[in-house]
Amino acid sequence: MIRVILPPHLRGLAHVAGEVELDIKGPATQRSVLDALEARYPMLRGTIRDHITQQRRPFLRFFACGEDLSHEQPDTPLPDAIASGAEPLLILGAIAGG
Amino acid sequence: MSKVRVLVGTRKGAFVLTSDGKREKWDVSGPHFAGWELYHLKGSPADPNRLYASQCSGWFGQIIQRSDDGGKTWTQPGTPPGERTTPEGAPKGESNKFVYDTSAETGKPLTTHQFYDGKQHPWEFKRVWHLEPSLSDPDTVYAGVEDAALFRSKDGGKSWQELSGLRGHGTGPKWQPGAGGMCLHTIILDPKNPGRIYIAISAAGAFRTDDGGKTWRPINKGLHSQYIPDPTAEIGHCVHHVAMNPSRPGVLFMQKHWDVMRSDNAGDSWQEVSGNLPTDFGFAIDVHAHEPETIYVVPIKSDGEHFPPDGKLRVYRSRAGGNEWEALTKGLPQRDCYVNVLRDAMAVDSLDKCGVYFGTTGGQVYASADAGDNWTPIVRDLPAVLSVEVQTLP
Repeated sequence: MIRVILPPHLRGLAHVAGEVELDIKGPATQRSVLDALEARYPMLRGTIRDHITQQRRPFLRFFACGEDLSHEQPDTPLPDAIASGAEPLLILGAIAGG
Repeated sequence: MSKVRVLVGTRKGAFVLTSDGKREKWDVSGPHFAGWELYHLKGSPADPNRLYASQCSGWFGQIIQRSDDGGKTWTQPGTPPGERTTPEGAPKGESNKFVYDTSAETGKPLTTHQFYDGKQHPWEFKRVWHLEPSLSDPDTVYAGVEDAALFRSKDGGKSWQELSGLRGHGTGPKWQPGAGGMCLHTIILDPKNPGRIYIAISAAGAFRTDDGGKTWRPINKGLHSQYIPDPTAEIGHCVHHVAMNPSRPGVLFMQKHWDVMRSDNAGDSWQEVSGNLPTDFGFAIDVHAHEPETIYVVPIKSDGEHFPPDGKLRVYRSRAGGNEWEALTKGLPQRDCYVNVLRDAMAVDSLDKCGVYFGTTGGQVYASADAGDNWTPIVRDLPAVLSVEVQTLP
């Protein structure tokens, strides 16, 4: 079971209150987690990854276990603590402005 | 008694304001989609409870929302067959996919446009500026987007197809972004000619189709823009907004970057009608619901100073179709006012007397229940207002 924490705007869009828990078949990677997330919440398609290119939207970042994983390849396995559900995968909107 | 529903899009959410026909007491509902930019909301003329909203964000992209109950509840259209809701009970709609057409011959981008550096640049989808529901079918709605293109949905907002004859008709490479981006911000459907649609783009100009969107041509003859290399060019004019009274669909009024213009021949040619306005810069323009020669603008000092001249918020009304203008000030701040009124932030109802509404970047929505003679704020402290639309309900 994978835990995902969405930014508040996307929690509102998906009508979820807290963490999202997902069952992933196969290795836990950014791609597999986001595929499962979007399958369960289709309204999130295009909001985290571009519809066509599947690239991470520029102002979003992926963090896990205190590390910024935003520039990892989509199929790189996520840390064991994420795969086991001990730690959540955080999807954050970049802070901009003062 | 008739009712009025005012749909307000702001920088941080949508608000729905309702009143009876007296338009004295208002209920305020919202914010809907708190924290998101709501560029535009509009109701279907064929089904007033069907509303469409453009919800967007620099972080999360474009969402289309739809209400089938007059704005009480909203969903993203397009719930797939099978499992109809998420585990939390929300419809599984998915509606934010706007993909530009490519060339049928080459499969490559249809065209490029001029960029800020003068070079050619590919089209990149950014947001929906304006939604225009069909006059007859609640499930058909047009979307004007940035980078400028026209899309249409025939399934209630679930899927969108580009009307690429507009970008592909030949002038696309000359289009360029205005200060607010290269946006298609105005869509006007001709109630007497189903094949005729007018659109306007900053900064390209106005265009018309007479065959339902297959073919298009520029309609900018008579526009004069001294800040472009050829001031009377066919393409390149920064049109801010265009308005039409449905009873006379061949007569158009335009607020250009500078100049207020009118056309009496469906845009084939334009004449300036700025007359005695204190400044002919501005964004919003609209036409009285019952008097097609009565028009409204909100003069703004300049492109460098986006606020009213002299700190006085004044709507100007012409009862002569332009040239002769009177300032409408009763109820509007006449000192220390430095707000802007954006292009889609003015609308009229069709009650007798005609109501006129506009929203400001300071978060006020002003209403006049007597065609502009007297004004009062419905709300004063919303986020910056991006758009105002009005529905007159039975």
